[in-house]
Amino acid sequence: MVRFENVGLRYGNGAEVLRDVSFSIEPNSFQFLTGPSGAGKTTLLRLILLSLKPTRGFIKLFDRETSTLGKEEITAIRRRIGVVFQDFRLLDHLTTYENVALPLFVQGREERTYRAEVLELLRWVGLGERINAFPPILSGGEKQRAAIARALIVQPELLLADEPTGNVDPSLARRLLRLFVELHKSGTSIVIATHDLALMDQFDSARRLVLGEGRLHVYD
Amino acid sequence: MPTLVQRALSKIAGRLKPGLSLVSSDSIASNALVTVIAIMTFLATLTAGAAMLVRNASQDWSSTVAREMTIQVKPALGRDMEADARRAGEIARSVTGIRDVRVFSRQESAKLLEPWLGTGVEMADLPVPTLIVVKLDSSQQANVTSLREALRASVPNAILDDHRAWVDRLELMARSLVAVALVVVLLVLAAMGLAVAFATRGAMAGSREIVDVLHFVGAADAFISKQFRGHFLRLGMKGAIVGGLFAVFAFVALGFISARWSLDAGGDQVEALFGQFDLGWSGYAAVVVIAGAMAVLTGLISQSVVTHQLRRAR
Repeated sequence: MVRFENVGLRYGNGAEVLRDVSFSIEPNSFQFLTGPSGAGKTTLLRLILLSLKPTRGFIKLFDRETSTLGKEEITAIRRRIGVVFQDFRLLDHLTTYENVALPLFVQGREERTYRAEVLELLRWVGLGERINAFPPILSGGEKQRAAIARALIVQPELLLADEPTGNVDPSLARRLLRLFVELHKSGTSIVIATHDLALMDQFDSARRLVLGEGRLHVYD
Repeated sequence: MPTLVQRALSKIAGRLKPGLSLVSSDSIASNALVTVIAIMTFLATLTAGAAMLVRNASQDWSSTVAREMTIQVKPALGRDMEADARRAGEIARSVTGIRDVRVFSRQESAKLLEPWLGTGVEMADLPVPTLIVVKLDSSQQANVTSLREALRASVPNAILDDHRAWVDRLELMARSLVAVALVVVLLVLAAMGLAVAFATRGAMAGSREIVDVLHFVGAADAFISKQFRGHFLRLGMKGAIVGGLFAVFAFVALGFISARWSLDAGGDQVEALFGQFDLGWSGYAAVVVIAGAMAVLTGLISQSVVTHQLRRAR
């Protein structure tokens, strides 16, 4: 599904942020991406999301080598990936419902074909009563769940979550983790970037990709 | 309760399809752009309307002037001017395409000169030419060349003036004014295009995060540029409607004022010179076309700018 081989990345003329990173993500797998703050977790996720180009190395996504992808192919690949940003990135001028429905709307689907689906998902993440609320008035936890719902609505083959429990209390963090585990059981590959050791301990069987000093160590 | 839910759902449906605006509208910037488009539309329609009025007035002048010719029989040594005038009149009457010929008598010529020479002038003492007004038949072409040749042969001191030089000058002036108006309209369109382009770049800079999110959730560039086009098309339509309505109001008001003027002394001269301030249906249709073009142009320019910016961002 995802394969990195000797990938390196530097910003401008600075030192390499990532060095010789090699790993792969298999279908229906679950992994935590961890490491200290500033280790490059978000950068690695952005490489997978094709919002950054590596300065060297080779990346393959869904059996396609990424350096030769055209715009339409990048869009098609992104539609197979769900992403939860650390800062949520909800659109403040859209309601919770509209934010969650956004990935389906941009695909040109008719609203009547997904309305029930979106409402069901919002109820599932506990936002059934907040469908008309705008992000500025949502709590941190509600925003987090809305962002997760937006990533899940397209039933992605790969879910990338950047510190998904960073803004929620431990109880909600456990609920969110259970949500990711359920999603994993339904066949989605999960990558959760976190430095929350307690969270990782709750799901021992997951792989751990540990970033440190620009290098990646994989613990199966 | 079900009614409330239904209402909520229909509100959501209404927001999402097709009116869901993904481009956040900054009300101050949007209002400023709407105002600029309204002013540009007003100026463009006003200029185009004025050009149409000038063209209509020039057509009226031309057709009036072109329906008449004048023969001047000048006094010459050894010639009987009255006999020459009668002869010239007869020649004119004999040519096809001429509806009426009127030879001005000495008294009538004196009356024409009264404003300059005063009353009681003895015309016989003055070398004033005799005028013959020839009215042309609009249903058939007059043979002006044969008339000119016949006059030259029989009445050599007669000069035929078919007013062609005046008509040509009027037409040239009207065409020049219409061309100037066209250039002004084009300049206004160019200024509006630049304003929209800068506004779009500003909106894109302010919506960078939204554009990023749209890309990450799988939006194609074409989808994003269509969103911006829709946003600016709506602003363009607002501005164009306001500007177009003001222009229509201005023309109606000018028509009303000119109608009031025509009742006053000298109103006839003003109307003869400038024509009537009545655009007619074609003029109002032109206002609608220009306003529509402004709105469409706004949408297309913004889409083009966004497409270009997204391509560069890659």
